[in-house]
Amino acid sequence: MTGTTRTIKVDTLARVEGEGSLYIKLVGERVTDVKLKIYEPPRMFEAFLRDRHFSEAADITARICGICPIAYQMSAVHAIERALGLRIDPAVRLLRRLFYCGEWIESHTLHVYMLHAPDFLGYADVIEMARDHREVVEKALRLKKTGNRIVQILGGREIHPISAAVGGFHRVPTKQQLRELVPDLEWALAAASEAVQWTSSLEFPIFEQDYELVALRHPDEYPFNEGRLVSNHGLNIDAAEYEDHFQELHVKHSNALHSIMRGRGSYLVGPLARFNLNYDKLPAIAQEAAAKVGLQPPVKNPFRSIIVRAVELVFACAEALRVIREYEPPAAARVEAPNRAGSGQAITEAPRGILYHRYALDENGLILSAKIIPPTSQNQRRIEDDLREYASHLVAWPLDEATWKCEQAIRNYDPCISCATHFLKLQIDRDA
Amino acid sequence: MSSEKKKGRPRIAVFKFASCDGCQLSLLDAEDELLAVVGAVEIAYFPEATRTMLKGPYDIGLVEGSVITHGDAERIQEVRRKCKTLITIGACATAGGIQALRNWKDVDEFIRVVYASPQYISTLKMSTPIAEHVPVDFELRGCPINKYQLVELISATLAGRKPNIPTYSVCIECKRKANVCIAVARGIACLGPVTQAGCGALCPSYDRGCYGCYGPMETPNTASLTEQFRILGESNEQIQRAFRGFNAWAWQFREASEECQRK
Repeated sequence: MTGTTRTIKVDTLARVEGEGSLYIKLVGERVTDVKLKIYEPPRMFEAFLRDRHFSEAADITARICGICPIAYQMSAVHAIERALGLRIDPAVRLLRRLFYCGEWIESHTLHVYMLHAPDFLGYADVIEMARDHREVVEKALRLKKTGNRIVQILGGREIHPISAAVGGFHRVPTKQQLRELVPDLEWALAAASEAVQWTSSLEFPIFEQDYELVALRHPDEYPFNEGRLVSNHGLNIDAAEYEDHFQELHVKHSNALHSIMRGRGSYLVGPLARFNLNYDKLPAIAQEAAAKVGLQPPVKNPFRSIIVRAVELVFACAEALRVIREYEPPAAARVEAPNRAGSGQAITEAPRGILYHRYALDENGLILSAKIIPPTSQNQRRIEDDLREYASHLVAWPLDEATWKCEQAIRNYDPCISCATHFLKLQIDRDA
Repeated sequence: MSSEKKKGRPRIAVFKFASCDGCQLSLLDAEDELLAVVGAVEIAYFPEATRTMLKGPYDIGLVEGSVITHGDAERIQEVRRKCKTLITIGACATAGGIQALRNWKDVDEFIRVVYASPQYISTLKMSTPIAEHVPVDFELRGCPINKYQLVELISATLAGRKPNIPTYSVCIECKRKANVCIAVARGIACLGPVTQAGCGALCPSYDRGCYGCYGPMETPNTASLTEQFRILGESNEQIQRAFRGFNAWAWQFREASEECQRK
């Protein structure tokens, strides 16, 4: 059937980290073209990491993203520790989980309340939202601050913290310093449970997709830094095998590379994937919060990822409290990391999904080559696939409302274009 | 952040060039001050936070990021024309950022390393700070910036007074915190003596040497520090890497690193 051709266009995608645009072409009810264009200028970290010392990688790669620097630091140090054959102290391992809890709380709160919720409620931004929902926004700011406080105590500052090191940390906190966080975290745990209730009361478009979900899975815990990479379609690999199973494609309309699973196409990483694949590893309190609002795996509606993020907030607050209770400072802040040739890979769970790093080092500890695959480049193809499907439901909608809905569908993924390069513009083309 | 007209309130716009978004995020990270700040001004353009994008002119433009594409080199001219006061925030905007490491290398080779189809990529050979393109009214340093300095700078600009942002070195902050000098006591190479204050002497407080996030202080003696690093046993390559960090293209650090190359 032929019909009118319409174009949905967004020149500058808002409330995402970085610069991008969207272009969708509809002929009748059929979507004929979807391009999520990333025009974030290419900064080329993998090139200038060469000839830098491995001890600099955590600080340099943190600068890929101001929203999730800890993810970069964690993937970098774990990959390099693997290259050097280092074993870290169990107390350091715990502290790294706590570090990640802080980043998840900060980043998820930012996304749930400040970037995503305004779409559901019809506000342009959180400030407009604050006029009608002041109490909700004030609580969100306090919750976000609690996450930032964890990062500050462990890493000195919220953005580009300075304490992560190969082998451990430059300095570790005392028990007392961590205990000071407990009252705020107890408040935050209750606030996060409220967030699950609040987000579940939003209105969700009816839209389900059959995703291949990819996340880490660990035998004992909800994943941060360790585990095998698994999917709901049978993938089960070690980080070292990642590049055998995934491929990066360079498409003309994007400065970010698209990742696909070899022979299988797009896949989804992030909260929805983690929740569906690791529900059994969530602490009881997070499972209960989810059950109370009827959220059970499999969740296939990407718009409901906002509730999943709230459930992960409950998890992160509970996990932070557990770590603080169990923490005994390690004998040394870090183990020695002597120069040695080798190569290593690591995958960790950034707030937006898996982040892969690979390094090859020479005998002086200098980086010979580096490979970094951020979560947003892995979700990019999946976002376009969602839009291809979703835009066809919007044919009858006025252009401005359809455009806003498409933007919201992109924000389901909390895309970080700074990571994937950096800027997003949305264009929906529909010629009359 | 609203489409409503707020007459009389100063209009603020936030622009992004090549960067990590961390410096503009500092504004959203000022959790205790955020609602007060946005109550005092009109956020007219800030894509990271709002869908509402109002046209200029703006009273204050905050610019994050460096210029690395032809399009951005043109866009910054337009941004300057629209802003009464133009403030650059962070090491990318004030010194070219970590991506300025390309300035000493062959950028085409860089593109081939990262991208499979180099013909799709268009970028400049150099990463340059905003002030190399247009006049800038104030440069706020840091990688990332200090959010309290940002709030101070916005307040001072609105009040028409000089901002209270020190240009002395990190050493002063260490002394104020009563830190034992890690360079003197433990022989750790530290850029503190030549780096501008602002972070609160974070790295020395966490048992490591300063790595220069805030760029050169007002009158840095880089030659003397280079000599001191040699006495501590640092190689030429190590010293060069130390100066070639997040503020590598700031001229004082640039000269210091090129001096190492000549030796």
